[in-house]
Amino acid sequence: MLQDRDRIFTNLYGRQDPGLKGALKRGNWDGTKLLLEMGRDWIIDEMKASGLRGRGGAGFPTGMKWSFMPKVNDGRPHYLVINGDESEPGTCKDREILRHDPHLLIEGAMLASFAMGAHAAYIYIRGEFIAERIALQKAVDEAYEAKLIGKDNKNGYPFDFYVHHGAGAYICGEETALLESLEGKKGQPRLKPPFPANMGLYGCPTTVNNVESIAVAGTILRRGAGWFAGLGRPNNVGTKLFCVSGHVNTPCNVEEAMGITFRELIDKHCGGIRGGWDNLKCVIPGGSSVPLVPAEQIADAYMDFDTLRGLRSGLGTAAVIVMDKSTDIVRAIARIAHFYKHESCGQCTPCREGTGWMARVMARMAEGRAQKREIDMLLDVSTRIEGHTICALGDAAAWPIQGLIRHFRHEIEAKIDQYSANPHSDPIRVAAE
Amino acid sequence: MTKILVDDVEVDVPPHYTLLQAAEAAGMEVPRFCFHERLSIAGNCRMCLVEVKGGPPKPQASCAMNVRDVRPGPNGELPQIFTKSPMVKKAREGVMEFMLINHPLDCPICDQGGECDLQDQAIAYGMDSSRYAENKRAVEDKYIGPLVKTVMTRCIHCTRCVRFTTEVAGITELGLLGRGEDAEITTYLEKAMTSEMQGNVIDLCPVGALTSKPYAFSARPWELQKTESVDVMDAVGSAIRVDTRGREVMRIMPRLNEAVNEEWISDKTRFIWDGLRTQRLDRPYIRENGKLRPASWAEAFSAIAAKVKAAKPEKIGALAGQLAGVEEMFALKGLMAALGSANLDCRYPGSPLHPKHGRASYLFNSTIAGIEEADAIMIIGANPRREAAVLNSRIRKRHLTGKATIGLIGQQADLSYPVTYLGAGPESLEKFVDHAPSKAQKPMFIIGQGAINRPDGAAVLAMAAKAAAAIGVIKDGWNGFNILHTEAAFVGALDLGFVPGEGGADTGAMLQPGAMDVIFNLGADEIDIPVGAFVIYQGTHGDKGAHRADIVLPGAAYTEKSATYVNTEGRVQMTNRASFPPGDAREDWAILRALSEALGKKLPYDNLGQLRAALYAEFPHFAALDTIAAGKAADIEALAKLKGKTEKAPFANAVSAFHLTNPVARASKVMAECAALAAGSAQVAAE
Repeated sequence: MLQDRDRIFTNLYGRQDPGLKGALKRGNWDGTKLLLEMGRDWIIDEMKASGLRGRGGAGFPTGMKWSFMPKVNDGRPHYLVINGDESEPGTCKDREILRHDPHLLIEGAMLASFAMGAHAAYIYIRGEFIAERIALQKAVDEAYEAKLIGKDNKNGYPFDFYVHHGAGAYICGEETALLESLEGKKGQPRLKPPFPANMGLYGCPTTVNNVESIAVAGTILRRGAGWFAGLGRPNNVGTKLFCVSGHVNTPCNVEEAMGITFRELIDKHCGGIRGGWDNLKCVIPGGSSVPLVPAEQIADAYMDFDTLRGLRSGLGTAAVIVMDKSTDIVRAIARIAHFYKHESCGQCTPCREGTGWMARVMARMAEGRAQKREIDMLLDVSTRIEGHTICALGDAAAWPIQGLIRHFRHEIEAKIDQYSANPHSDPIRVAAE
Repeated sequence: MTKILVDDVEVDVPPHYTLLQAAEAAGMEVPRFCFHERLSIAGNCRMCLVEVKGGPPKPQASCAMNVRDVRPGPNGELPQIFTKSPMVKKAREGVMEFMLINHPLDCPICDQGGECDLQDQAIAYGMDSSRYAENKRAVEDKYIGPLVKTVMTRCIHCTRCVRFTTEVAGITELGLLGRGEDAEITTYLEKAMTSEMQGNVIDLCPVGALTSKPYAFSARPWELQKTESVDVMDAVGSAIRVDTRGREVMRIMPRLNEAVNEEWISDKTRFIWDGLRTQRLDRPYIRENGKLRPASWAEAFSAIAAKVKAAKPEKIGALAGQLAGVEEMFALKGLMAALGSANLDCRYPGSPLHPKHGRASYLFNSTIAGIEEADAIMIIGANPRREAAVLNSRIRKRHLTGKATIGLIGQQADLSYPVTYLGAGPESLEKFVDHAPSKAQKPMFIIGQGAINRPDGAAVLAMAAKAAAAIGVIKDGWNGFNILHTEAAFVGALDLGFVPGEGGADTGAMLQPGAMDVIFNLGADEIDIPVGAFVIYQGTHGDKGAHRADIVLPGAAYTEKSATYVNTEGRVQMTNRASFPPGDAREDWAILRALSEALGKKLPYDNLGQLRAALYAEFPHFAALDTIAAGKAADIEALAKLKGKTEKAPFANAVSAFHLTNPVARASKVMAECAALAAGSAQVAAE
């Protein structure tokens, strides 16, 4: 279990002042100038050595991502874009950062921008996060006022921080759709290559990072890569914000070391599973887009990227959705399928047409109004979407259904049996007296 | 050049080639819907997926990936892609199935049937049956104008139409609205598109979502006889294909000609065909007691002979209109020479263009393809969007590269690209006479008929030539001095010398009251012939010219004869006969040949071959079809010596109503509707 002294987000719960005064007290903005003076290469090397993997879901090494930015400026400005479009169902970690620890983010953005030669950072905040945008804007204004950032600041590196508010589309959390939306266009993912590091925002070299990835940068650099790399398990190091929701006794956001076991996470922080561990049915460990993992596999699994990938799921955003045995899992996944149908951008064929198909079949299966052969058909349809689309939304729509069929096929069959045993589910009409 | 293996076939292609192009170079067919060579890459249909060796374990969109992005093997093997592997087969089948689940499959009642990409590719790459048992999506049809019919349920969201209208046509009126399954192509406000190029979306649409409204439900592609021809609606000379069933022209489609129209045609070119059926002159007429009455050819000819024999040669004139082919103008010129008259002209009053100044003085010298090299373009007294819509899209294409600046002197207009407005009339052009040489490598002048069809035309042309010399429009290997013509017959007529001979009267002089006793009017409908002259009108439609005529001789339209036309660049092209003239109407050269006999001045040829032999003997360049006999740059320097004084009046464009520029267009109901819409006077039927 993570010690309090190793926590990065020391005001996660907002019990202290989120403003600059409180932030300074917590050590934010401490020695930022010195860190900048260490140089661009040092920062990137340190980030690489820290082993930080992107916190947005894919788990790509952050230091390496920063190093992809062109070293020599060809005349185009460089940009850092922070992805604050936290729309993945189950995830609510960036929200807390924006609300309660905004200065960690702003400081991290400055360090990251310096490391990639950018003088401007944009943050794209989810449309529904209105209070969070206000909170962050307040913090940005404070930082400008205190001359921590801006054209001519104390830290000696010209840097601007722009807050941009989205309009509430899930797809705008995809990095290239986010860039399109930021440019004022329709939020539809771009084709890759070219990757944003070459052709990103306004055609300029751009790195898109998750809020959490950026927010932890300052502390990592201050305390050293070794400290961060020492936490967690090999290749899955550091601390991570877990968002535990669902059938636990005390759902919460908590910063924990990577690689904590699921059992420990739930018992220590969430007061255990509702109705006890025997009542656990399954867990979606990383937000709605990853396949679910049944109780017996997840209970003692390490919560990190590699272990969960081994369980044919993923850590994703570490949004742990816990479901106990009262859950109608078919209905739950049908709801997720409906979500992806609703959020598909409509650009490319398999996702546009396929998400609707899957959602409709799932809706019938949730009632049992289906044929058993349709289960295999549904699985096949999902594999024809997965990997055939421009962005990962197609994959994200397919995986929950694949997970369901992999682990809970018998429940779908049971529903179908139940439905067909009673084909007239209407109550029997009684003649009026 | 980069080598790549496509299904074990090695090809050497430029590194910027897409995998799709590389596969085509290797002779492999890759199905596609959204990809189009002349539009930006969308990559959204996912039909062109291929397998990339050593890449991620999922198929890649071949239209969106460059050859240089494919990595070679670990031991330096050539990069390799597969277009027929099981992974690709599965991907294509999957995408096709998704494409079809919400497609209505109403092929039997769909106008695209028989020439539908979706139909063809479903046969070639689809599965045998559908597994989709849910309700299909239905989408409401949209009104997007009188030319394009929509059946939006059929749409597969390839966005070709959106990309065409925004990129090539330069209008931002069509878009993809909504998201996911609910995405729809629409103009949002359901108003007609305002582009002169909108008909091309019909060809671009790979399914039956956008089809031709005037052609709706009238024929199937396999019933149509297809004849390759050339368009005469403007002086661009777009390559077209005329589709006929029996005697009727059912539709007109574009044909590929990179040098002229690429693969676009304007709406006037495409939708003119209903005008070929209405208001046609199908028999000779003679005016008696102020009214035209049907007559036989013999009656008409003897009436003409009586008048011509009574008239003095110097009181006989001939005018040629915008749709006349070179052959009939040659015959008419020959007839006038035989009658001893030098009064013939093809120009509007004031026009200084004359073959004596050399061919370069009246051609679009840089050629249309040359627009793509120009880095500074000055448009003088023209609205290319209306006068030559296809050429205008070339200018827009050049503008989109960001390598050309464009200026305009004349009437302000939305040309679909931004222009720097330099002034309205000759005094603005005068500023450039002493201008310092331009920094541009290949500057270009585009001089419209509006600048020179005016009393001071010669002075304006001289001023333009001086400005061109000062700015450096003409240099070694580059002649950017361009006259933009609006009428198909004009350059051919000038090439032929259809201008007043020694002591002859020009159009202005012929149109003076009492100047002429007899006027042969070969399809000139845009001029007013004063009372007094005996007018013989030879043409196709009951338009202004026929109303003024004393004798009407019915001729053949451009789809009904083989005739030579020279476009604004000086490119000699020939139309082909796709159908026959109606009723007693005949090919125009034959009418003139028969008339010459009735007048006792028999022309020395009995068939089209003999006529052409005589024509080519006198003007050899007409024999070289599809080529341009370039003019001499020195001719333009000589233009600067033309005398005259410019007037104050601003330039007025030659074409005010795009859809109504010639008799065929004025007879077309579709064009009338478009013109009314364009003029803003039509009430859009709320459907």
